Amino acid sequence: MTRYIFRRLLQGIPLLLIISIILFALMMNMGDPVATMGGRRPPRAADYERLRRQLGLDKPIYTQYLYWLIGNDWARIDLDGDGVAETPGTRRGVLRGDFGTSIVNRGQPVLEIISERLPNTLLLMVAAEVCIILGALLVGVYSALRQYSILDHFLTTLLFIGYSMPIFFIALLSMYLFAVLFKRWGLPYLPTVGMFDPQIGKTPGQVALHMVLPVLSISLISFAAYSRYIRSTMLEVLSQDYIRTAKSKGLSRQTVVFIHALKNASLPIVTIIGLDLPLLLGGAVVTERIFAWPGMGRLFLDHVGRGDLPVVMGILMMIAVAVIVFQIITDVVYAWLDPRIRYEA
Amino acid sequence: MSTETAPAPNRIADLALDELETPPLSLHQLAWRRFRRHKLAIFGAIVLVLLFGYAFGGALVLPESYANHTDTTLRLQAPSLAHPFGTDTVGRDNLARAIYGGQISLLIGLTAVIVETVLGILIGALAGYYGGFLDSLLMRITEAMLNIPEIFLLIVMAKFFGGRIPDYELFGRTFSGSVLLIVLIIGLTSWMYLARIVRAEFLSLKENEFVLAARATGTSNLRIIFLHILPNSIAPIVVSATLGVANAILAEAYISFLGLGVQPPTATWGNMLDSANNYLEAAPWMWFFPGLLILLTVLSINFLGDGLRDALDPRSRAA
Repeated sequence: MTRYIFRRLLQGIPLLLIISIILFALMMNMGDPVATMGGRRPPRAADYERLRRQLGLDKPIYTQYLYWLIGNDWARIDLDGDGVAETPGTRRGVLRGDFGTSIVNRGQPVLEIISERLPNTLLLMVAAEVCIILGALLVGVYSALRQYSILDHFLTTLLFIGYSMPIFFIALLSMYLFAVLFKRWGLPYLPTVGMFDPQIGKTPGQVALHMVLPVLSISLISFAAYSRYIRSTMLEVLSQDYIRTAKSKGLSRQTVVFIHALKNASLPIVTIIGLDLPLLLGGAVVTERIFAWPGMGRLFLDHVGRGDLPVVMGILMMIAVAVIVFQIITDVVYAWLDPRIRYEA
Repeated sequence: MSTETAPAPNRIADLALDELETPPLSLHQLAWRRFRRHKLAIFGAIVLVLLFGYAFGGALVLPESYANHTDTTLRLQAPSLAHPFGTDTVGRDNLARAIYGGQISLLIGLTAVIVETVLGILIGALAGYYGGFLDSLLMRITEAMLNIPEIFLLIVMAKFFGGRIPDYELFGRTFSGSVLLIVLIIGLTSWMYLARIVRAEFLSLKENEFVLAARATGTSNLRIIFLHILPNSIAPIVVSATLGVANAILAEAYISFLGLGVQPPTATWGNMLDSANNYLEAAPWMWFFPGLLILLTVLSINFLGDGLRDALDPRSRAA
């Protein structure tokens, strides 16, 4: 098993290189970060050139990529524009853990910017994931046990609607219902934007209250896919021989359903959870924008808009690494849960 | 979703002899029969026809100039008889805009899927048929693209190609160049799943005797790929392309919602929602109708795709 994990990790390296090359090439036309640096007044031509040299934007794309990847402290760069490269570079490159500094927030390290926002996103997404899994288990198991009942048909149709729902539509609908209409009807209503009320401050209660609507929107969308999946794996497991054996042994219904069936049905569910978890890091770009949630998705949007390559690359590479690592973890956990699966080393 | 009826053996026993001797059904008839039984798929097909009728038939009633006609004295009017979907921030009629926006959204969905399918088939077929180094290279690229969540890829690509295509005239109408761009971007970010499906089909089909026979008679590789193997793997491609339309319409809506998609004055359901976001309370009709139309379209395409999967490709059903 150790060899298998090791081999998978090694395979991840060329994959990450390909990803970084594709992304870096796509970043080349993101807009000119220097043009907007002087605020409303465009920078003077001389300043413009100087800034571009300082940021390394005057170099051809492959040099920029190389500096991003392995740093430039081994090379000398031409800072004053006299054509003589004399100043030693200071960047250490992604491979040595230096993601560079933000162009928009001058000089702030990328990792620092990301780590400021990461907890906000994780808070939102982990809460949503927990709601999704619990709700999906409940609905999925129920529909599987009562297959073709009226409630099953109703739920399956409802899930199809949830599955087809664009996240912004359900977000707007829930905001309208729980904030606007509830307020109009004199009921207690929920806040729609931000993370806390600035007048009260960032208390746990405030944050929890502001989380309700975004978590609800994210959950309702993904919940549908999970439930459909759990329903179909449950149905498959319930028709197995060992379930009939368990029933004929005289075990109680609960034991059969929750111990024998659900345990086996939950195996494939591990896969979708494992594949979904790394995406939580990136947050839901659209959801965070609608609810003005200060997380990674909004960070990404803000910095893409201003051509801040180091930050955008940092976020995307972090997600790519997470996706690869979680794929390996999922496969390992799967093999651990189901002894029938063996990976060749 | 499937609607199983009583088990078949009982029914055959009830049939009269001459009914048993009816000629066997062709593959198409069998598929049609399975599709017809899928009530939700029929429902989806009907709703889709209605939606297309709405978007393209509505254009016969309301001219495009009306959809772009601004009248600031009629800003943010609630739905009424004159403006059933209300009016927007500059007094344009939302019904007319939803009609012309619907055309663009539906067209983007359909054309993006063409781009996606062509790319997916080409890459999947080349990788599956030739194998070896080409296969590893193409599959690594596919995997790399799959590793980045679609929405991020869409945003980065929208930025990359942003503003490069000028407006163009077609059928006497001016389209924003961004429409073509969005089609390209959605196609470029969504071919990966299809490529994997096609590759898997090719890997198993190329081992069959009919491929060997074709090769023995000196058929060229291209003819084997496109005339011998591809027609045999058409079922999963059709299903995937159908569901791809829903995905493309959603992708357009997301990217336009973020303001990176189709640029005004060309309306789409997605960019109608973008500006509506700020009028959550003041003008709910501005976001409700385009949102509902997107939901209906995506929902009925998903129903249709589900039915097609049951009809054409029953083996691929998860459970």
